[in-house]
Amino acid sequence: MIGLSHYLILAALLFSIGLVGVIRRKNLLMLFFATEIMLNAANVAFAAISSYYHDLSGQMFAFFIIAVAASEVAVGLGLLILLYKKYGTLDLDNFTMLKG
Amino acid sequence: METFAFYLFSILIIGLFTVTVLSRNILYAMTSLAAGMVLISGLFFLLGADFLGVVQLIVYVGAVMALYAFGMMFFDATGVVKENNTPATTVFLLGGLSAVVLVVIFAAPAIGGNVHALYPTPDGATNPQAVGLVLFTKYLIPFEVAAVMLLVAMIAGIILAGKKMDKSLSRMKDESPASEKDVK
Repeated sequence: MIGLSHYLILAALLFSIGLVGVIRRKNLLMLFFATEIMLNAANVAFAAISSYYHDLSGQMFAFFIIAVAASEVAVGLGLLILLYKKYGTLDLDNFTMLKG
Repeated sequence: METFAFYLFSILIIGLFTVTVLSRNILYAMTSLAAGMVLISGLFFLLGADFLGVVQLIVYVGAVMALYAFGMMFFDATGVVKENNTPATTVFLLGGLSAVVLVVIFAAPAIGGNVHALYPTPDGATNPQAVGLVLFTKYLIPFEVAAVMLLVAMIAGIILAGKKMDKSLSRMKDESPASEKDVK
């Protein structure tokens, strides 16, 4: 029988996969993908807790997370396109112009 | 049956997301991410959150991944991403450790057992009905704020990405970056 802890462990695993991606990758688009993975892990945990405690608040927060993720992608992708038009690359190591 | 479906979904999701994180090709990463999103909606159906699963399918797989696919047309996506990665062992150590700390912090109230249902699932209502009842009574103001946020994000996306859309990218590379400043 699958309990709540199974889902929470799965969410933790997915979150750590996303965290490894955020720390490891240097390409901005890959960083966005890793962020999506982390948001989805949070959604899985929310839905599991909402289902096992018979409480709908978890699903509500999952909806709002999805809305935040959608708007984040819209704005972030626009910024990425501007960056790519200006510098021709998406590598984080090239964006060090604030370094003194 | 539920056990089998859970393990199948979770193994596939973990494998696909690992491919997303570790792949050197953007197209492979994007397709495996989309497949993982579809399987996560399977988990939502398994949990009885039907409406959330459908929203996950429509918004994530339908809208977000399509947006990524369209954005990919601006980038040089077919080639291998050349990256200067940080060493893998420290990254995995740091990522794993901080994830465990986060999970322990957030799971502590649930383990303590003092979690009460604030808005219990109504009896005799299907999941979409219950979601509608709670969303349009208790969470109406956050819902409207989310609507305004999505509108702002849409306008921001149009304005950011639509700038100088009539010029081709390959010709723009010849210009110096200093001439970009007098656009606005």
